[in-house]
Amino acid sequence: MTQFKFALMGGAAALALSAVPALAQDMTACLITKTDTNPFFVKMKEGATAKAQELGITLKSYAGRIDGDSESQVAAIETCIADGAKGILITASDTKGIVPSVQKAREAGLLVIALDTPLDPIDAADGTFATDNFLAGELIGKWARARMGDEAGDARIALLNLDVSQPSVDVLRNQGFLQGFGIELGDKTRWGDEDDARIVGQEVTQGNEEGGRRAMESLLAQDPTINLVHTINEPAAAGAYEALKSIGREADVLIVSVDGGCPGVQNVKDGVIGATSQQYPLQMAALGVEAIAAFAKDGTKPAASEGKDFTDTGVALVTDQPVEGVESIDSTKGAELCWG
Amino acid sequence: MATETHGPQGFEAALNRSPDSVAEFEQRRSFVQQARHLLHQTPSLVPLIVLVVSVSIFGALLGQKFFSAFTLTLILQQVAIVGIVGAAQTLVVLTAGIDLSVGAIMVLSSVIMGQFTFRYGIPAPLSVLCGLAAGAGIGFVNGTLVARMKLPPFIVTLGMWQIVLAANFLYSANETIRSQDISAQAPILQFFGNTFRLGADEAGRGGAGFTYGAVLLILLVLVIAYVLRQTAWGRHVYAVGDDPDAAELAGVQTRNVLVTVYTLSGLICALAGWVMIGRLGSVSPTAGQFANIESITAVVIGGISLFGGRGSVLGMLFGALIVGVFSLGLKLMGTDPQWTYLLIGMLIIAAVAVDQWIRKAAA
Amino acid sequence: MEPILKARGLVKRYGRVTALDRCDFDLYPGEILAVIGDNGAGKSSLIKALSGAIRVDEGSIELDGRPMQFASPLDAREAGIETVYQNLALSPALSIADNMFLGREIRKPGFMGRWLRALDRPAMEQKAREKLTELGLMTIQNIGQAVETLSGGQRQGVAVARAAAFGSKVVIMDEPTAALGVKESRRVLELILDVKRRGLPIVLISHNMPHVFEVADRVHVHRLGRRLCVIDPRRHSMSDAVALMTGAMAPESLNEFA
Repeated sequence: MTQFKFALMGGAAALALSAVPALAQDMTACLITKTDTNPFFVKMKEGATAKAQELGITLKSYAGRIDGDSESQVAAIETCIADGAKGILITASDTKGIVPSVQKAREAGLLVIALDTPLDPIDAADGTFATDNFLAGELIGKWARARMGDEAGDARIALLNLDVSQPSVDVLRNQGFLQGFGIELGDKTRWGDEDDARIVGQEVTQGNEEGGRRAMESLLAQDPTINLVHTINEPAAAGAYEALKSIGREADVLIVSVDGGCPGVQNVKDGVIGATSQQYPLQMAALGVEAIAAFAKDGTKPAASEGKDFTDTGVALVTDQPVEGVESIDSTKGAELCWG
Repeated sequence: MATETHGPQGFEAALNRSPDSVAEFEQRRSFVQQARHLLHQTPSLVPLIVLVVSVSIFGALLGQKFFSAFTLTLILQQVAIVGIVGAAQTLVVLTAGIDLSVGAIMVLSSVIMGQFTFRYGIPAPLSVLCGLAAGAGIGFVNGTLVARMKLPPFIVTLGMWQIVLAANFLYSANETIRSQDISAQAPILQFFGNTFRLGADEAGRGGAGFTYGAVLLILLVLVIAYVLRQTAWGRHVYAVGDDPDAAELAGVQTRNVLVTVYTLSGLICALAGWVMIGRLGSVSPTAGQFANIESITAVVIGGISLFGGRGSVLGMLFGALIVGVFSLGLKLMGTDPQWTYLLIGMLIIAAVAVDQWIRKAAA
Repeated sequence: MEPILKARGLVKRYGRVTALDRCDFDLYPGEILAVIGDNGAGKSSLIKALSGAIRVDEGSIELDGRPMQFASPLDAREAGIETVYQNLALSPALSIADNMFLGREIRKPGFMGRWLRALDRPAMEQKAREKLTELGLMTIQNIGQAVETLSGGQRQGVAVARAAAFGSKVVIMDEPTAALGVKESRRVLELILDVKRRGLPIVLISHNMPHVFEVADRVHVHRLGRRLCVIDPRRHSMSDAVALMTGAMAPESLNEFA
C-alpha cells in the first residue's frame, strides 16, 4: 500500500538526488507561504528548513497575514530578488495576480517553484510541486462509492467546499470526488454546475471548523436526510461532524475529507471521518529546496511527473475500513506520515 | 447687605407682552416627528421591525423549510457567539469607544482553557477560570490605557488585537485540540455545546433546539439590559458615552466607568471563547478571526450609535439575529453567499442613516 | 457678618503664567455676588479653585469658617458647593431625572437595591419634579424625557434645579445666560433670584453687565489675577465697572464701600 505513494514520488526523488549538497556557499532560498498560521504551511516550512540546513542553504521564510493576502507575497518576492536569492518556493494566494511578480523574479535569474498550489497558467513557474488534488478527491469518491455499495444509487450528498471564489484546489478536490463517486461532471473547471439529483447542495466553509459547522447546518436545514459529506479539509470535516452530532446523526453519515493532518488522521481512527486523502507538505518543501540547489549548481530545471504538467508529490488514502479496488493505508500508518 | 433686587432693564419691557412659553415642555408634533420621537425613546424598535419583516419574507418565500422551530432555533444557535461578543461590544460602543480586540480575546481565552487543561493537566474548571481571568485581564489593560493614558480606543484595541492574536498563535503553536479528546477528558469545556430539544421526534430529530450557548446569550442580554437601564453604573455608561466632560463635571467617575466597561467586555469575550469550544467541539487557534467585524456589524444594525450614549443591548441582539436570518435564509434559497454580504452592507449603511435621522429628534 | 465662603492669597501658576496672584474672595450669606473681569483676568481660574476643578498652589479656602482642601469637584460638592457650568454638564441622551441625580442616584431599599443595585426611579422622579416645581419652572409633563429634547433655557433650568437641589451652602453659576436668547435669559435671571430667595448665596460669573447689575448685590471686579475691588451696583454705574475691569480707572478714585 505504501508503495503506491512512493511510486508516485519516484520521479521527483530521482531528480532531487541529482543535486550535490556540498557546494552551496552563501546560497539563499526563499519560502513564501499563504500564511504562517495554518499547520499545513508550518509543516512545509519545517520540511524546507530541515532540508536547507542539510544542504547548507540559508532559507528565508515569508508569509501573508491571512489567506488571500497577495500584497505581502509580492513584497516578499521583491525582497528575495533584492536579496540575491537563488530561488523561490511559493504557495500563491492569488494564482493569477502573482504571475507578473514571478516573471520579474525569473527574469532576474531566480528559479521559481510553485508549491502545493499551481500558478495560473501553470507554466508561469519553473516547476510545480504539488499534490494531485483531483486524484485526492477521486480516491475518497471511489472509496465512498464502494463503502456505500448499493445505497450509492440514492445517496444524499452534501459538498462542503472552500470558498466562493473557487480556487483551483477547491475545484479539483470537488470534481475529483464527484467523478470518483460516479457522478457526471459539468464544466470541469468549476464546482456547482452538476445536476445529479443525489447532490443536496454545495456550501463554502473557509476550511475551518466554524465554517464547516455552519455549512452543514444550513444543508441539513434543506435536507435532513443527508448521508454523505465531502469536505474540503479536515477542520471543516470536524465542524460538520459537530453539526451532525447536535441533531444525533453523527453515526449514520459518512464524512470524507482531504489533507492527512495529524488531528484529521486521529479523527479517521476515531470514526469521525470515514476516509481522508493524505498529502505530504514536508516532502513538497524538501523537494523544492533540492530543486533550487540543483538549479544553482548547473542550471537544471525540475521536470514534471509523467503524464502531468506538475511534479506530483504523492497522495494516499487513509482509512480503517479498506474497500476492494481502492488502495489505502490504515490510520496507524497515516499517523506516522501525518503533518501538523 | 443689600437684599433687594432691581427691575428688568427698560428695553426688555416689551417682553411682558410676548407669550411666556419658554419654560413649557410640551410641543406639538407631526406624525413623522412623533414616529421619530418614539424611535428616539426606543432605539431597538427599528431592528425589531426589520427582524420581524425579514423573518416573514423568508418564511413566505421558503415556507416550512425556513419557518420551522428547527430552522429558527438554528439561527439562534448560529448567532450565539457573535451575539455574546456583540454584548461586550455594545458596552464599549455605548461609551463612544470601539473594541477591535474582542475576537482575539475570545480565541486566546478558549486556547488558554484548552491548553491549560491538556498541556499542564490543570483541572478543567480551573482552566476555565484562568481563561476567563485572562480575558478580563486583557480588557482591564485596554480600559486602563483608554481611561488613564487617554489613548484613543481604536488605537489601543487595534494594537491589542494584533498582540493578543500573535500571542495566541505563539502560545498555541497552531495546535488544534480535537473534539473527541475534549469530550473524553474535559467535557466541561464543551458545556455550552449541550443541547436540549423541544418537540423533537423519538430519534431526537427536528423540533426546536437550544444549545446552552444560545440560552446564555439570551440570559446575558437580559442581564446587561437590566444593568444598563436600572443601575447607576449603567446610566453612567450612557453619560460617559454621551459627553464625557459633562459626565465628569456632573460627578460621574468616568475613568472607573471606562475601566470597568473594558474589563467586563474582556470577561464576556472570554465567556464567548468558552461557548465557542462548545460550538466547534474543538479548541482551534484560527477560529473567530472576524468576530470583531461581525460584532460591530450586529451593534450597528442593532441601532447603537457609534458616537456613544445611544442604543440598547436588545437592539444588538436583534441586529445579530437579522444577520443570522439573512445568511441562513439566503443559503436556503441557494443564492451566492456574496449576496448576503451585499445585503448586510446595505443594512449597515441604512442603520447608520436611520441613527442620524433619529438624532435629529433632539434638535 | 462672617463670609460663608472665604479665600485668602490664592496662587495658581501654569508654567510661567500666573493665573491667580494672591487673590482674595468673600461671599456673604444670602447674597448674589457677581464676578466680572476682562478675558484672561483669571475669573475662571478663581471659580475652578472654588469649585474644586483645579488645585491652587498657595492660599486657603474656608467654608463656614472651616478650612477646605478640594481635590476634585466631587469634594466641593460633598462640602455643599454646587456649580452650574457654562456647558451645563448635562448628558443629552439621559432623562431629566437621570441627569439631576447623575453621580448620586438613589437606590431601592432592601434586596433589590442592595444586591441588584436597582435604582429607585419613582423616588428620583418625584424629587426631581418637586425641585423643578419649587423653582416655579415646570409645566413638565414627562420628567423621563431626554434632556436633548429641551430648549436651551429649559436645559439651563434643569442644571440650576440640580444645583439648587443639592447645594446646601453655595451655588456657583458660570455664564448662565451666555448662550440664551432674550426671553430665555429673563427666565434664568428669575430663576437665580428664586434660588436666592430660598436662602442660598450665589456666585454669578457673567460678561453681561446689564444682567449683573440687575441681580447682583455686590460686584467683585477681577483684574490681573486678583480682586481689584468690590463695588455696589446701586452706587456705581456699568461704565465704572467696565473702566475698572479694563484698567481705565483706578479703584482709589471710587468711594469704596466696605
